[in-house]
Amino acid sequence: MSVNITTLDERTRVTSEADSALDTEEYFVNMGPQHPATHGVLRMVLKLDGETIKEVIPVLGYIHRSIEKICEHSTYRQIVHLTDRMDYLSSIMNNWAVSLTVEKAANIELTERIEYIRTIVAELERIHSHQVAWGVMGMDLGAFTPFLYGFRDRELVTDILEETIGARLTMNYIQPGGVMFDIHPNFVKKVKEYIAYFRPKLDEYEDLMSGNPIIQQRLRDVGTMDGETALSYGATGPVLRASRVPYDLRKIEPYGVYGKADFNVAIGTAGDCWDRYYVRIEEMRQSIRIIEQLIDNIPEGKFMVKKPAVKIKVPEGRYYGHVETARGVLGVFIVSQGKDIPYRMYFRTPNFHNLWCTTAIAPGGRIGDLVAITASLDLVIPDIDR
Amino acid sequence: MTTEELFQVITELEPSAKQSEKTSDRPTVEVPPEALVALMQKLRDDPRLSFNMLLAHTAVDWLEERLFEMVYQLYSPQNQQYLAVLVYVPRNNPVVPTISSIWRIAEFQEREVYDLLGVLYDEHPDLRRLFLEDDWTGFPLRKSYQDDFILERPK
Repeated sequence: MSVNITTLDERTRVTSEADSALDTEEYFVNMGPQHPATHGVLRMVLKLDGETIKEVIPVLGYIHRSIEKICEHSTYRQIVHLTDRMDYLSSIMNNWAVSLTVEKAANIELTERIEYIRTIVAELERIHSHQVAWGVMGMDLGAFTPFLYGFRDRELVTDILEETIGARLTMNYIQPGGVMFDIHPNFVKKVKEYIAYFRPKLDEYEDLMSGNPIIQQRLRDVGTMDGETALSYGATGPVLRASRVPYDLRKIEPYGVYGKADFNVAIGTAGDCWDRYYVRIEEMRQSIRIIEQLIDNIPEGKFMVKKPAVKIKVPEGRYYGHVETARGVLGVFIVSQGKDIPYRMYFRTPNFHNLWCTTAIAPGGRIGDLVAITASLDLVIPDIDR
Repeated sequence: MTTEELFQVITELEPSAKQSEKTSDRPTVEVPPEALVALMQKLRDDPRLSFNMLLAHTAVDWLEERLFEMVYQLYSPQNQQYLAVLVYVPRNNPVVPTISSIWRIAEFQEREVYDLLGVLYDEHPDLRRLFLEDDWTGFPLRKSYQDDFILERPK
């Protein structure tokens, strides 16, 4: 038996010395935690030889808020409010993951209206999340205009959501047993207007960035990952689908009303940064299709199945539920002892799992390639640390 | 593949793996720690099962029973089948074998469990704190954890 506990100091010692004056020497460089290309407080220690990356050592914990520990003292309706602080660009979908698991465990039946509203709102959020991913990717690669374009169009989505939900970033909307408020009277009209506005804009996105030779050279054949590696590293979402694995929970085990909508799962062919970029563009198109099919058919009914119970009791047992957020699979694991608070709560977050792909695909490339790789993985750091 | 067939194949591959009696919404097997690596390898490589996604790995601290429950959530895209694997280790000597040679992500999931619950992984290639600093004392997700900052739940 050999259990050997190491430290970061031990991991970042220079092991090979230069043999001759012409030889190069290994050295370590810190990237982050305060670095514009890591989109938050992610720190990566890079082991370098010249400018070639030998090893990536992600160092986490700069924004850890121990959400799982807080959950052990919170009722399920309180927990929902913590989840949108994890992946703030998929906040509603995170609410949905907890609600879905609690509803399944506590046997809460929903109305059709609730399922329609949830699906439409989640797809709107997927669009705005991918807009940010697209814009920020441009900025990371040295093009500032896409960032402004992405945020310009994202603001309009948050305007629509703000009317119904009241918040623009950490949106608390879905809760066990329904949604918090009925949709605003303007909602359907505004969503339709937005779809009509955004469809040509998406072609503009492509004109601006997809065909650009610099973008092509920065992304094509950079950070290539085959499907087997992606599965082994637990990657999900656009990252996994870009590696040719058509794993999308909306398709394989439809929740909400995804089963009623006709849409395709976008997959890549090579698994490089370009495919991860393009899968997101295609997913925005598919989200538009889903919304168009559902928006005219929202049935009448209650938006909340019964008077909201403050303390929902979940029967004893282990429950695992998950949804497809904009970045991959968010899994919620609840261990309940039959009380109104969980005994143990675990969040299987997509970014935590996607992050480690960098340790597999970045070595051998340059530092600039690592920036392209992290941008293509579309990491949200609070979701990694929780 | 039905759940019965799944359990049948698993017991055939690894006789020490038993269907769990714990209430769970997914098919669940329990296995002793010494048979974990062999079972996991077969679960991934057997063409009938091919569980090639380790969706999640975490642990539960059962303070009164003095046990750690190690939970592995597997998924097989080929059969669209879920499986949870449970391993129980004593709380005073929590050592489980690492499965990081089977799924690469396990290395990092196991580091998280070590960091927050203090479970040790035998033969782990790089066992160190993940979120907390290297010199932190204690394991915060244990039910017995106490420090100066912890707040009691208001009654």
